[in-house]
Amino acid sequence: MSDTDDGITLYRLQACPFCERVVRALDDLDIEYESRFVEPMHSERNAVKRISGKRSVPALVDGNTGVTMSESANIVEYLERTYGDGGVA
Amino acid sequence: MDLDFEVTDLPESDHPEPGDVAPDFIRPLVGPEYWEDAALSEVVAEGPTLLVFHPMDGAFPTTYIWNAFDDHGFAEEVQVVGVSVSTPYAHRDLLEERAAGARLFSDLDAGVAAAYDVGNDLDGMEGVTEHRPAVFLLDADRAVQYAWVADEWPAFPDYEAIAAAIDEHV
Repeated sequence: MSDTDDGITLYRLQACPFCERVVRALDDLDIEYESRFVEPMHSERNAVKRISGKRSVPALVDGNTGVTMSESANIVEYLERTYGDGGVA
Repeated sequence: MDLDFEVTDLPESDHPEPGDVAPDFIRPLVGPEYWEDAALSEVVAEGPTLLVFHPMDGAFPTTYIWNAFDDHGFAEEVQVVGVSVSTPYAHRDLLEERAAGARLFSDLDAGVAAAYDVGNDLDGMEGVTEHRPAVFLLDADRAVQYAWVADEWPAFPDYEAIAAAIDEHV
């Protein structure tokens, strides 16, 4: 599939509360994003490992800034810092 | 030999023909590692595309069609993209077993079947409309180069005709 060079891509699982937390932050900040639903089996999530170094979701790729990160708390903090009031973007 | 069985005739279809532009659509597209919304127009923009409608994953026509596609190596010559009403999880299994090099759209509500007029109300199963087997060779502008739609059930594509169409147009 085509790589996403710009914009925000969220690697997520169906019904994953940590992923939904990131989705809520994206919505609250009115940020457009594209979703990629990945394998439920942790051991098969090589696409996520390739982009973030680990197989955990959520994982977020921000083509606008070149940032790739995982861990929902870190992602939410990053989004608020970058796109929230007083953010740099 | 007089085999006493009935092949079901399917109603005439007003499907896209060579020279028409195939309808665009957005559906989840399943690859080997993840699924995401994709537009057919984005996919075909990457190159000539064989768009294959098939019954739900697991049905014997689906298995036979994808085995034959693998045998003919179509995915080495063009992009091969399937469509069925099956879920992305079923598509993932199909991709692991066969359909080498292909990607598969999930058309869960059979809306794409309606757009292409290739729907098949599965007899004996309430509430199931799926796709009759159909093959379209599309250029990068979604113009139809070759079209085949099953007019009976079961029916299988003419793989040699597909190969000839690829040779002629790609």
